[in-house]
Amino acid sequence: MKINSLSDFFVTGDPLIYGADVAIGLTMVAVVLVLTLFKRWGWLWREWLTTVDHKRIGIMYVIASLLMLFRGGMDALLMRTQLAMPDMEFLKPDHYNSIFTTHGVIMILFMAMPLMFGLFNLVVPLQIGARDVAFPFLNSLSFWLFFMGAMLFNLSFVIGGSPDAGWLSYPPLSERMFSPGVGQDFYIWGIQISGIGSLMTGINFIVTILKMRAPGMKLMKMPMFSWSVLSSCLTIILAFPILTVTLALLFIDRYFGAHFFTLDGGGNPMMYINLIWMWGHPEVYIVILPAFGIFSEVVATFSRKKLFGYKSMVFALMSISLFSFFTWAHHFFTMGSGADVNAFFALTTMLIAIPTGVKVFNWLFTMFRGKITFESPMLWTMGFIPCFVVGGMTGVLLSVAPADFQFHNSYFLIAHFHQVLIGGVAFGYFSGLYYWWPKVFGFKLNEKIGKYAFWFWNIGFYVCFMPQYVLGLMGMTRRVSTYGWDSGWWEWNFVSTIGGFLMGIGFLFQVWQILHSIKFMERVSGDPWNGRTLEWSIPSPAPAYNFATIPQVQERDDWWATKERKAQGVPEQPRAPLEPIHMPKNSGIPIIMSAFWFMAGFGLVFDWLWIAIPGLIGVAGSMLAHSFNYNTDYYIPVDEIESTEAAAGRVV
Amino acid sequence: MAHGGNHAASQAHGHDGHHDQEALRMMGFWIFLITDCILFGTLFATYVVLHGSTAGGPTASELFEMPGVIAETFILLTSSFTSGLAVLAMNKGSKRGLIGWLAVTAILGASFIGLEVSEFVKMVHEGATISTSAFLSGFFTLVGTHGVHVSVGLVWMVAIMLQLSRHGINSVTKRKVNVISLYWHFLDVVWIFVFTIVYMMGVK
Repeated sequence: MKINSLSDFFVTGDPLIYGADVAIGLTMVAVVLVLTLFKRWGWLWREWLTTVDHKRIGIMYVIASLLMLFRGGMDALLMRTQLAMPDMEFLKPDHYNSIFTTHGVIMILFMAMPLMFGLFNLVVPLQIGARDVAFPFLNSLSFWLFFMGAMLFNLSFVIGGSPDAGWLSYPPLSERMFSPGVGQDFYIWGIQISGIGSLMTGINFIVTILKMRAPGMKLMKMPMFSWSVLSSCLTIILAFPILTVTLALLFIDRYFGAHFFTLDGGGNPMMYINLIWMWGHPEVYIVILPAFGIFSEVVATFSRKKLFGYKSMVFALMSISLFSFFTWAHHFFTMGSGADVNAFFALTTMLIAIPTGVKVFNWLFTMFRGKITFESPMLWTMGFIPCFVVGGMTGVLLSVAPADFQFHNSYFLIAHFHQVLIGGVAFGYFSGLYYWWPKVFGFKLNEKIGKYAFWFWNIGFYVCFMPQYVLGLMGMTRRVSTYGWDSGWWEWNFVSTIGGFLMGIGFLFQVWQILHSIKFMERVSGDPWNGRTLEWSIPSPAPAYNFATIPQVQERDDWWATKERKAQGVPEQPRAPLEPIHMPKNSGIPIIMSAFWFMAGFGLVFDWLWIAIPGLIGVAGSMLAHSFNYNTDYYIPVDEIESTEAAAGRVV
Repeated sequence: MAHGGNHAASQAHGHDGHHDQEALRMMGFWIFLITDCILFGTLFATYVVLHGSTAGGPTASELFEMPGVIAETFILLTSSFTSGLAVLAMNKGSKRGLIGWLAVTAILGASFIGLEVSEFVKMVHEGATISTSAFLSGFFTLVGTHGVHVSVGLVWMVAIMLQLSRHGINSVTKRKVNVISLYWHFLDVVWIFVFTIVYMMGVK
C-alpha cells in the first residue's frame, strides 16, 4: 500500500525503538539457542504447541498475558515519564499517540482477555468435575488465534509503525484519509484475528458449563466462578460479533474505499462510535464478571464460610450481562444524541450499579463472623473492595449526563476507568492467579514477597490515580502529550508518575516472587487452602484426565461437604470402578492454521496479495484437513490411571 | 438428533462419565448460529441506517432488477428444500439418496452464487461500486457477506459429500450433515430478510 523503501518498512528514527529492536532480536536469538542447545524443540512441539489439554492451554494464556502486561506497563510508564514534568521532550507527540493507543489495546484485548481465558481454562473444567472443555481442538485454536493476533499487533511496533488513533480508533481519524499508514491495518487485523478466537472460547465454555457438569451438579449448585464465566461468555457471544463487523467495515472503508464511516460519500462516523461501544461496553463487563466470580470463591474460602447470598449473586451476574447491552451511549453523552437518549442511558448506567452493589454486600456479609485469614488471594480481594466501591461511585458521577459535559474526556474519566479496571479486573485476576497457582503448578507462591507486591501495587495505585481525579477537575484532558508550567498541573502529575512507578515495582516483585518460588519449590497437597469446590478434591497439579472417576455432586460446596462428612465419620460412598478414559489427541492444525491467519493478516496490512492469498488458502486448507481427519481421540488404559493416581499418593 | 455411535448414549452423559461428543457439537453449532445472527443483525442495521445516503449516486429503485433477484430467491428456497430431502434420505439410511440430494443442493447454491455475481458485475459496469456511496457500501457488504457464507457452505458441502462416500453414514457424518443443513436453512432465512429489507423495500 504505502511501502516504498526499507525505511518505510522498518520503523526508524527513534532511539527507544532501536533499543527495542535490539532487545527483541537478542531475546529471539536466546530463545532459539536455548531450545536448540537443550534439544527442546520436539518437547515444545509435542507437549505445548500442539496440546489440546485445557490446563496447558491455560498456562500458555497466562504466560502470554503476563508478557503483554509487561509491554502495556512499559507503555504506561513511558507516558507517565513524559507527563512527569511540564514541557518534557522525552516522547514526541506522534510517538505519544502511538503509545496511548497500544497501551489501551494491549491492556484490554491482549492482557485482560487472555488472562481471563487462562483462568477459565485452568479452573472451569476442574470446578465442574469435567475432564476437558467441550471442544478441546477449538480451544487450542482459540489460543493460537489470540497469540497470532497479538503478535501481529505487536509487530507494528517495529515494522510499519504503530496505530495511533486511540484504543477504539474512531473514524474519521482512523480512516485512510487521516491515517494513511499501515498502523491502523495492524490494529484491525490484530484484533480481528484474536477476536475470532475470543468468540470461539465463548461458545466453548457455554457448552462446557451447560453440558459437562458432573452428575448431580444442578446449575444452582455450581460454584460461583463457573457462574461468572457463564455470564461472561454469554456476553461474549452477543457482543463480539458486533466488533467483528465494525472492524470489518472499517477495513472495507480503508481497503476498498467504501463509505461506511467516511466524511464524504454519505458515510456516518457516528455509526462506528455507536457500534464499537455496543461491543465496548459489554466488553468491560466481560472482563469484570469473572473477577467477581474469583472474589466470591476467595472470600468464601478464606472466611471459612459458605458464600452469602448465592442466589442473589447469580441474579446479579446475569442481570449485569443483560444490562451491559443497554448502557453504551454513556460513552458519548456529549456527541449530540439529545436529552431524551442521554436520559435513558444515564438511567441504565445508574441501574447497573445496583447488582454490583448487591455483590459487594454479599462479600462483606460472607466475611462477617468468618474466621478470616489473610493469604495473598484474600489480600487482593480486600484491596479490591474499597477500590472498586470508590471507582464504581465515580462511575455513577460520570453517568449523570449533564455533569458528564464537564467530566468527559478529562483525567477524571481516566482515573475512573483505571480504578475499576486495575482495582477490579487486575486485582481480581491476580487474586485468582494466587489462589489457583498451587492447583496448577503444585507449589505455592512465596507469601512474603507477595505481600510486598500487593502493597506496592495497592499504594502505587492510589498514588497514581487519585491525583488524576483532581487533574481532571482542574481541566486536564486525556491524550495530551505535554502541558505548560502555567497550567498548575505539574505537582499532581509528578505524584501520579511516582505512583505509576510504584506499581511497576510491584510487578517486579511479582516476577521475583515467581522465580523465587520456582527455585525454592514448596510442594503442596491437592487442597492447600482448605478449599470448598471440586478442583481441590484432586491432586495438584491435576493429572491429564483431571478426575480418575467422575464425582457425584450432592451439595453446593461439594468438596467442603465431603470433608465435613468425613470428619463426622460418615462412611464414604464406594467409588465407581476405574474405566478407560476417552481423551482427545493433540493436533498441530490449530497453530498452523493460526500462522496462516497471521500471514493473511500481514499480507492484507501491506496490501501484498502474494502473501495474503496463500495465507487465506492455507486457512481453508487447514480447516479441510481437520474436517477430513477422523482419527482424533484415544483411550487412557486403566493401569495407566492407577499408576498416575498412585504417584500422586492416592488410592482408587 | 445426533446419536453417539461409540457410546450409544443419547443424553449428554454416558454411563461412564463420557460425553456424547456429537450432541455437544450440535449444541455448539446452534450457539455459533446465534453469533452469526448478531453478525447479520449488525450488517442489516448499518444498511438500514445508510440506505438513503446515496450521495448523488444511483438509488435502490434505479438499480435493482427484480426478475434476477426473484430467480435467486426461488433457487435458494428450493435448495433449502432439497437439503431437507437430503436429511430425510439420511434418516432412511440411504447414502446414495443423501449424496444425491446434497449434490442437487450444491448445484442450486452454485447457481444462486452465479446469478448474484453476475448481478454484482452488472452493477459495477453501470458505475455502481462499493465506493460510489454509503448506500452501495452497505448493500455490497450485506449481500456480499451472505454470498460469502453461501460459498463457504458450498465448499463445506462438497467436503462432507466426499467424507460420506468414504465413511458412509455414521454418528460423525450424520452430525455433519445435520449441521450443514442447519447452516443452509439459516442462510435461507437470512436471505428472506435480504429479499424483504434490501430488495422489496428498495424498489417500492
